[in-house]
Amino acid sequence: MTDTTDTTEVKVSIRNLYKIFGDNPARALEQVKAGMGKPELMDQHSHALGLNNINLDIPAKGIQVIMGLSGSGKSTLIRHLNRLIEPTSGEIWIDGEDVLAMSSEQLRDLRRFKMSMVFQKFGLLPHRTVLENAMYGLEIQGVAKGEADERARKWLERVGLAGFEEQYPSQLSGGQQQRVGLARALATDADILLMDEAFSALDPLIRTDMQSILLELQEELHKTIIFITHDLDEALNIGDSIAILRDGQIIQSGDPQDIIMRPADDYITDFIRDINRAKVVRLRSIARKGATGQGETLRGGMSIEQALPKLTRAPDHTCPVISRTGESLGAVSLDDAINALKPLESESDDEVRYA
Amino acid sequence: MDWLIEFPSLGRRDLSTLRQTVDDGFRTFSRAFGESLEAFFSPLLKFLIWFEHLLTNAPWPLVIGAIALLAWLGSRSWKITVGTILAFLVIGYFGMWEDTMATLAMISVATFVCIAVGIPIGILMARSNIAQRIVTPILDVMQTIPSFVYLIPVVMLLGIGKVPGLLAVCIYAIPPIVRLTNLGIRLVDKDVMEAADAFGASAREKLFGVQIPLALPNIFAGVNQTIMMALSMVVIASMIGVKGLGTPVLRAISNQYLALGLMNGLAIVALAIIFDRVSQTYGKRLQAYRESGHD
Repeated sequence: MTDTTDTTEVKVSIRNLYKIFGDNPARALEQVKAGMGKPELMDQHSHALGLNNINLDIPAKGIQVIMGLSGSGKSTLIRHLNRLIEPTSGEIWIDGEDVLAMSSEQLRDLRRFKMSMVFQKFGLLPHRTVLENAMYGLEIQGVAKGEADERARKWLERVGLAGFEEQYPSQLSGGQQQRVGLARALATDADILLMDEAFSALDPLIRTDMQSILLELQEELHKTIIFITHDLDEALNIGDSIAILRDGQIIQSGDPQDIIMRPADDYITDFIRDINRAKVVRLRSIARKGATGQGETLRGGMSIEQALPKLTRAPDHTCPVISRTGESLGAVSLDDAINALKPLESESDDEVRYA
Repeated sequence: MDWLIEFPSLGRRDLSTLRQTVDDGFRTFSRAFGESLEAFFSPLLKFLIWFEHLLTNAPWPLVIGAIALLAWLGSRSWKITVGTILAFLVIGYFGMWEDTMATLAMISVATFVCIAVGIPIGILMARSNIAQRIVTPILDVMQTIPSFVYLIPVVMLLGIGKVPGLLAVCIYAIPPIVRLTNLGIRLVDKDVMEAADAFGASAREKLFGVQIPLALPNIFAGVNQTIMMALSMVVIASMIGVKGLGTPVLRAISNQYLALGLMNGLAIVALAIIFDRVSQTYGKRLQAYRESGHD
């Protein structure tokens, strides 16, 4: 995870994207544009509102997390990027190319060379060995057998599956199967990696394990990763940027620290209530600009948990904070740190809790 | 109130004109196209005759050896292979070698035709709901209409002999392979298909790389059923001049020869069991990947 989200080139750009499921989506679209919400549309027109006016710029070489509960439309959204689902209206641009204007051949090339995908239920081919699964994308690309074999083996080794090449997917555990899915996606050398709840089917220990594998790989690969999850801890652990989806709408999007420190509404406040703030709040989010301290100089990316012992040791219980590039971000005191651990209360909180 | 008791039907004369018109129409059709149809089927007939001659003229130990080898390759089981050899030895010893070879040739060619025609139709049905809606009722008719009914037009068109017999067998035996190919492809896991789509697989790559391999167990169940149904048609086919184990059975029925009927009937059963066990174990071996330690 990076300290600051650098403003780099935009890799994927989504504009005014709508998706409505039903018999007559065009008519329902008018209603939605006129302001009708998801429940009313379902009740009055029996059309399901999948995505409602999505606008999102996804920067290159970072991990963009799209988070939401089930039914929020996140899986629908990610399937629009490679057009496994066709939108009702809107635009999708990838590297300046209009995805919706692509012919079926161009689209196939986009899927073969530019994007690869990892699935919640793995989507492995049960009749092929682990090695043959990892080679699948390369085979579709038309890479010669010898080279495909070599590249697939290399990626299987990178995800820690050396020695499993000749096994069948059903002989592996869930975590191992998803490593095969990851190796298959990475082997194609696509710039963009779509991960649809990739780790959600795994048990918690394996899940954090897979997250570390992904982060390690990302450190050297710098792919544009679009990661769907319903798990806030996962989103905060791996996301460089997070968009929160509810009822097909993005209700907050940006730096994860922003979301924790300044939730856009009560829904998000409730959402983030139970997280371990000591682990996720970074010093750069709570540093007081212009202030200084006598303690050890700390990095802005450090979590409060890591900083507490250092703050306690400092003579004035205050430490200066610098960014990754060495610029001063101000200072953090022990009191600031402790205050930041207190969960934010939503305005409707009392009603919610004691109603 | 007569019309309540007597069903108001067409008059006797009208009915007979109707039947005559249909019969005459079909007769004209078969006169016009019978020969070209025969010409169309003649390569199949030649192949069938050649195959039958091969089986009956080759030295019997060689034939048994070849059959045993096929049984071994299909099943990889000593039990089934030894059982096959024993069954053929007994059949030969009881004087049914030639008839069995004729039936074997017939069943093999019929199965081959059913596979060659049935699998593509099944694939078409799986890919298009319209095709499925059209083909399903046709299959229903083919499976339920009494075989004698379609023997009539087949004989009118092609006369009596091997090809009409083969056709009758195929009409009866093809539905399972079509149905199970369709079913097998439709049952392929949606998640796996989505993954193939996401990696940019073309329709062809999806069909041959994902759908058919994953549908194979079902397709094989279809092949197995087709063989069994073809065997059960042997006696009826012998009524229109197909030589083989059916002919003595037919003779046994008309003359009340219990032993003759039983012997030939059991020979058909033996063939059925051999075909069934070999194709089933082969089908099982195809899905070895399903055996696993985890879910």
